[in-house]
Amino acid sequence: MAEEKKTARKKIQAGDLMNRIMADYFYGLNEAATTGKRKVAWCTSVGPAELLRTMGFAVHFPENHGAMLGATRMSTDLIPEANAIGYSPDICSYLTADIGSYIKGITPLSKAYKGIESVPKPDVLVYNTNQCRDVQDWFAWYSRKLGVPSIGVTSPKNVNDVTDAHIDDVARQIEALVPALEEISGSKLDMERLRETVSLSRECTELWKKVLETATAAPAPLTFFDGTIHMGPAVVLRGTPEAIDYYKVLLAELEQRIRDGVGAVDEEEARIYWEGMPVWGRLRQHSELFATLKANVIASTYCSSWIFPAFDGRDPFRSMAKAYLELFIVRSDAYKERYIREMLAKFRIDGIIYHDAKTCPYNSNSRYGMPQRLEAATGIPGLVISGDLNDLRCVSDEQTKTNVEAFIEQIAEGR
Amino acid sequence: MSKRVYVGIDIGSSRTKVAVVDAERQILGHAVRKSGTDFSATAAACLDDSLAMAGAARDEIANAVSTGYGRANVAFVARENKTEIGCLANWGRHCFPEAITIIDIGGQDNKIVKLDASGRRTGFKMNRKCAAGTGAFLEEMSLRLDIPLEAMNDLARQSLEMVKLGSYCTVFSATEVLENIRHGKKVTDIVKGIFYSVVKRVLEMDSPTERVVMTGGVVAHNPYIVEMTGEMIGRTVLVPEHPQIAGALGAAYYALEEKGESDG
Repeated sequence: MAEEKKTARKKIQAGDLMNRIMADYFYGLNEAATTGKRKVAWCTSVGPAELLRTMGFAVHFPENHGAMLGATRMSTDLIPEANAIGYSPDICSYLTADIGSYIKGITPLSKAYKGIESVPKPDVLVYNTNQCRDVQDWFAWYSRKLGVPSIGVTSPKNVNDVTDAHIDDVARQIEALVPALEEISGSKLDMERLRETVSLSRECTELWKKVLETATAAPAPLTFFDGTIHMGPAVVLRGTPEAIDYYKVLLAELEQRIRDGVGAVDEEEARIYWEGMPVWGRLRQHSELFATLKANVIASTYCSSWIFPAFDGRDPFRSMAKAYLELFIVRSDAYKERYIREMLAKFRIDGIIYHDAKTCPYNSNSRYGMPQRLEAATGIPGLVISGDLNDLRCVSDEQTKTNVEAFIEQIAEGR
Repeated sequence: MSKRVYVGIDIGSSRTKVAVVDAERQILGHAVRKSGTDFSATAAACLDDSLAMAGAARDEIANAVSTGYGRANVAFVARENKTEIGCLANWGRHCFPEAITIIDIGGQDNKIVKLDASGRRTGFKMNRKCAAGTGAFLEEMSLRLDIPLEAMNDLARQSLEMVKLGSYCTVFSATEVLENIRHGKKVTDIVKGIFYSVVKRVLEMDSPTERVVMTGGVVAHNPYIVEMTGEMIGRTVLVPEHPQIAGALGAAYYALEEKGESDG
């Protein structure tokens, strides 16, 4: 294999538009925090953002900030700051990087967006533990530090079938947040607006699903690495018309690629599924590594986790609860295996890579025998790579490279 | 008429290995050197050693393939490179006409490669980012015990009562070793425990198939580890004549196969 040949993934033209939308979002947040014109809520990535947006909050997502710290490779220098005040290097490296950035008073936002000096100071912190327990601990630190309330939803975990009992529980918890949020925002919840916001979220995530499903084409017009970037609006702007408009543009570009027979990777030979978190500080290297091997990582659990078919404006609280519960990370291994098997078939996958992220057990699905079970059931080979989402001290580039190259060799030999 | 030889160069983190074979896959020459810090220079010296043993000159190299961590550093002779996992598999499929598990214990990492009866690679595992179960662990322990690495094999054989080390971590294991010394345990028993720890860590990586073959530098220099593995899995473990150059041989076979294809 010719290592010297560097093949970058093809640039997506809509990316410029996305950058403008994301800039507007961050400047809007900054204005809210610095002028006090709007209250600021921090929200976990699949927390009740629809509710917060409806009630007029400018919404900041610390997990998005964590990913930015990782992608800019600032995180590994910041994580030790949090370690030194008692937050273990073994816990979520979004949490430790983000708290470290606060302690050091630096943020990638100020490098990317002139005039922004810090993350927006919150008026309230709203979590949903559907992601993990760490988000609650993360917000608890800021709550103590900044003297702002931290409220949220404690989610069931390891759910096989999402039942009415689960939905009742979470819907009630979301509704119970309303009085506190009304007091902080100073305005009453407008149910009509909530219905609209939930409907917009549904539309956004449906478009995002269509974007991801363009990769069922061969060659696939986008990669997992593109997906991790272009999911930005689905994460931070779902429930807004801006996100919907963006995904219409992106989808049109990808559909044109399919019509033109243009793949994101030249001469795509192997189609790979990525299970787990990205290694944010290695997106470019990993993208180039696969492209050089004529392999495309075309689908992932991670990017697909922002598809919420349950959102229904006619029944906002219960449908929000259902959407937040149906999330992959909330589910049992039996469900997860069914889901991945469907994805393998839909995207005609040749091999699965499981990223065992040192600090993110909740997104590391290789620890309870799943790769072995899925390989036995499907015959599709799997590879586990050790790494981390943000802590590059846990990443061995050479080991990753050798493992991935050997895996692609194995797939090629198996044909 | 000049010879046509096929070369495999395996540049590992610890040692560089070169194998020279003919068109019938007969080993004509081989050499092993410390990889050091200049991979290209070491590979060149190792290549010259093995060509001398083969009685061949550089211009008689029909094709060469490199492998190992430094596989990209020898473009002067090898235009193609393959992973060490691929090369071990290629070696295994030519040497064993049955389903096998290859356990390779090297200086920096260990690997388990599985082949089915047709020689198809069905899976592989590498150690995690950790020295447990590798030659690096043995080197660290030999330093701690202040005994030469090459003396460990014979010391382990003399043990009558093994000391078990419980930790994954090389640093913690070193502490355990010191603790055992303090408690008056025999060095022979500690060394056996160190070997046991290496084998345990490797066997934890995967479930070996019926037929197990062991390769790698640690295996070449510590035959006791093979006996111990056999005892632990309850069956005889196969070891080739040259366990340290299995990867280099696999690379040489690739060189032969690729040249054969292009010639054909």
